[in-house]
Amino acid sequence: MATTTVEKATPGAAAGAAPPSATNTATFRVWRGDATGGAFRDYVTEVTPGMVVLDAIHQIQAEQANDLAVRWNCKAGKCGSCSAEINGKPRLMCMTRLNDLDLEKPVTVEPMHTFPRVKDLVTDVSWNYRVKKRIQQFTPRPPDAPDGTWRMQQSDVDRVQEFRKCIECFLCQDVCHVLREHQKQDAFIGPRFLVYVAALEMHPLDVADRVPELKEAQGIGYCNITKCCTKVCPEGITITDNAIIPLKERVVDEFYDPIGKLVKIFSRKRRS
Amino acid sequence: MAEYETVGHDVLVIGAGGAGLRAAIAAVEGSGLTVGVVCKSLLGKAHTVMAEGGIAASLANVDDRDNWKVHFSDTMRGGQYINNWRMAELHAKEAPARVRELEAWGALFDRTPDGRILQRNFGGHKYPRLAHVGDRTGLEMIRTLQDHAIHLGIDVHMECTVLTLLKDGDRVAGAFGYDRERGRFRLFRAKAVVLATGGIGRAFRITSNSWEYTGDGQSLAYHAGAALQDMEFVQFHPTGMVWPPSVRGILVTEGVRGEGGVLRNSEGRRFMFDDVPDNYRAQTATDPDEGWRYTQGDKAARRPPELLTRDHVARCIMREVREGRGSPHGGVYLDIAWIKDRLPNAAEHIKKKLPSMYHQFKQLADIDITKEAMEVGPTTHYVMGGVRVDGDSQMSTVPGLFAAGECAAGLHGANRLGGNSLSDLLVFGKRAGEYAAAFAREHGAATVDTSAVAGAAARALEPFDRDTGEGPYQIQQALQQTMQDLVGIVRRDDDMRQALGKIDALRTRAQRVSVDGNREYNPGWHTALDLGNLLTIAEAITRCALERRESRGGHFRDDYPSKDASYGTFNIVIRKATDGSMQLSREPIAPMPDALRAVIAEMG
Repeated sequence: MATTTVEKATPGAAAGAAPPSATNTATFRVWRGDATGGAFRDYVTEVTPGMVVLDAIHQIQAEQANDLAVRWNCKAGKCGSCSAEINGKPRLMCMTRLNDLDLEKPVTVEPMHTFPRVKDLVTDVSWNYRVKKRIQQFTPRPPDAPDGTWRMQQSDVDRVQEFRKCIECFLCQDVCHVLREHQKQDAFIGPRFLVYVAALEMHPLDVADRVPELKEAQGIGYCNITKCCTKVCPEGITITDNAIIPLKERVVDEFYDPIGKLVKIFSRKRRS
Repeated sequence: MAEYETVGHDVLVIGAGGAGLRAAIAAVEGSGLTVGVVCKSLLGKAHTVMAEGGIAASLANVDDRDNWKVHFSDTMRGGQYINNWRMAELHAKEAPARVRELEAWGALFDRTPDGRILQRNFGGHKYPRLAHVGDRTGLEMIRTLQDHAIHLGIDVHMECTVLTLLKDGDRVAGAFGYDRERGRFRLFRAKAVVLATGGIGRAFRITSNSWEYTGDGQSLAYHAGAALQDMEFVQFHPTGMVWPPSVRGILVTEGVRGEGGVLRNSEGRRFMFDDVPDNYRAQTATDPDEGWRYTQGDKAARRPPELLTRDHVARCIMREVREGRGSPHGGVYLDIAWIKDRLPNAAEHIKKKLPSMYHQFKQLADIDITKEAMEVGPTTHYVMGGVRVDGDSQMSTVPGLFAAGECAAGLHGANRLGGNSLSDLLVFGKRAGEYAAAFAREHGAATVDTSAVAGAAARALEPFDRDTGEGPYQIQQALQQTMQDLVGIVRRDDDMRQALGKIDALRTRAQRVSVDGNREYNPGWHTALDLGNLLTIAEAITRCALERRESRGGHFRDDYPSKDASYGTFNIVIRKATDGSMQLSREPIAPMPDALRAVIAEMG
C-alpha cells in the first residue's frame, strides 16, 4: 500500500513546460502508483484565477506527467467521476476551488481509500455496480389513466427527487467507516445504495417491498448514523436524516414492533 | 502480433449515453439476442448526464394546442429545411411515447398542478414542450435508462475504447479496441453494430463537451466506408460560462432564458430585440412585457427574442462583443435575477427551477445568480452532422452498421433546437436497437479479418516505441486552437484553407507522437490514440464548411453572409475515396411528401 515518502518529480521534459514563476504557483502532492504500491510526488504548477484542483491535475498531466491517471468527464459537478481525497477530505476535484485551499502548503491529492487502487488517482469502483444490480428494481403500480400515464403531485415527488440528484461519485461510500475501516462490503451496501433504496421505496409509484432485503442482505443495521456521508455529499443530499433513518424506521416497524406485526398479519401491509 | 481477448455479441452498441443505452435496451428486450455495450467512461457518466433543460415531446400537458405537427414544423424550421424530414416526422410522432416510457421505468419529472409531466419553454419551440427535472434532466434520463438496463442481461464493457470497426466484405463484423484500465486489446465480434458515441466538441478549444467527445463514431464510420453528412453544421451554444478562465465553455442551460432570463449588453440594452429574423417575426414578442408573460404561461403572448434559435442568439452575442458592447471578459450578461421585480420569492423560485445553475455559478464563479447577472458567451456544444442514416432504421451506408443520437445526422438539419437532443436519443436509440437486432437475426455470423486487427494493434502501440516525439496534449491543443480560430462561429474561405494546411501538418506531427509510461490507465496514450479521430472530423468539418458557400443555421460564412436557396436542396456528403482522400458530394434531399408539406404550410 501507499508509503509516505515524497519524491521530487523531474521537471517536465515536454516542449513548452517552462518552470513556472515563483509568484503564482502551487505545489500539488499527488499520489502516484498502482495496486502494488506507490508514493506521493510533488508537482509545481502555475495557478490562474478560478482554477479548481482538476485544472491543476490536467495541467500537470499535459506539461509534466502525461501518464498521470485521473477520471473526469463533465468538469461541472454533474457526472461524479473525479472523486478524490484533497488534503485528506473526500471531494470532487472539479468543484474544489484552489482559492479555498491553503496554497502556502502542498495540496495533497490522493485516490479514494475505500476502493482498491488501479493507478494514481483512479480506483476500482466496480463493487458499487455489482451492489446496485442486486437491489430489487423499480416496480410501478398499474397506470392511473387509460392512456397509460400516472398522476403524481409535485409535493409527492419532491422527496424522491432529492435522492435522485445523486451523481454516483461514491464519496459517501469512501467516507463511510463501515466500508472504509471495517471493510464490510460483503454485508453492507453503504450510504449511496441506501439512498438508492430510499428513492425506490419512497417513489410514489413503486409497489415492491425492499424492507426484508434492507435488514438482511443490505445490512442497514451497520449504519450507526454518524452522518459523515451527509457531510461529504457534493449534491447536498441529506443522506442520513432523509434516507437512512426513515429506512431504519421501516425495518423496525416491520421486524421489531410486535403490535405492527399483529396488524400485518391481519391486514395488507400499508405503504407510505 | 499483439495479444487480444475476443468477446462475441449479436449486437454491439458503442457508447452508453442516452442513445446507446436506449439502443441496447431495444436490442435485448424480447429478442433473445446477446447485446454488449462498450463505453469509454464508467456506466452512467456519459455526456447525456450534462443535459440540463429537458426532453422535447408534444405531450400537450401545459398547452393543449401542441401536437406532433407543431413539433415537426418547429424542428424543420429550426433546421432550415435541410433536415431528413422522415426523421423529423418520426421524432415528433414518437417522442411522447418515449418520455412516458421513461416514467414507467422510474423517472420522476416535475409535475403540473393536475399531476402530469410538466413542460417548459425552450428556444424555437412554439409551445412549452420540454419535460424536465429542474435543470438536471440528463441525469434523470441516464440514470433511469441505466437502472433499467442493468437488469436485462446486457454485457457492459466499461472504460473501453474502440479503435476501429471490422468488416466482412461490405458488412460490419465487429470492432477492435482496448480496455483503458489495463491497456489490453479486445476484439468484439458482432452481427450488427450501433454507433452511439456522441459528438465532436473536443475539436474546439471552447466547448461544453467532455474529453470523450472526440468524434469517434463519425470517424470510425467514415474509415469503415460509411458516408457522413452535414458536418459543416456545428452548434455553438449561445450561453457558456466565460469567467473565470478554468470554467470557460461550461454550459449555462437555455432553461435560464425559458424561465425568464434576459440577455443584455454592457449598455444594459436587451439587444435581442434589435435583430429578429423574418421567418420568426410573427412568433416573437415585440416588447419585454409580452416576452415575460410568455415565460409565465400566457398563451396569448409570443416568445421573447432570447428564445430564438441557438445559432441566431450566438451570432447576436458575437456581434455585441465584436462591436465593443460586451462584458469585461468577452461575453454578454444573462440576467435571471431581474425577475425579482415581477415575482415574490424570486430567489427561491430560481433555486428551485435552476438548482444546478445556482450551484455552478456560486461554487465556480462566486456569482449568486439570484442577485447578479451571469457573464456568458458561445461555446461549442453539438454537431448536427454525422453518420448518414436511413430515417426509419438508422442504418448507415454500411450494412449492419447503425448510428443513433448525436453521432448520426439528419434530424436537426442546419441547427438543432434545445430539447430535441434528448428526445432524439430515445426515439432513434430505440429504432437503431430494434433494427440492429432485426439485422442480427436475419444475418448469420460475420467473419473477422484478423489482418486488420493486427494492423490496428500495431499502430496503437507505436507511440510507446518513439522516444523523441512530441507529447499528445500539445498536438490536441494546437488542433483545438486551429478549429476555434479558423473554423469557428464565423467562417471565411481563406481561414478555412489555412486550417486545412494546419490540420495536415498536425497529422504529420500526430504520426510522430510519443507517450511515456506503460499501457495501464495511461491518459497520455489514450489522448494520442484519440488524435486520429479528432483530425478526421476536423478535416471533415472544414471541407464541408468550405463547400457550403452560404450561411444557414449553425454554419455562418462571413464571405457569404446570406442564405442561398440553391443550397437548400441538398446535403453535403463525404466518403473516403479509394486513395484515402476525403471525397465530397452534394446529395439531393428527397422531395417531401405532400402530407408533410401540408403540415408545414398549416403551421405557418
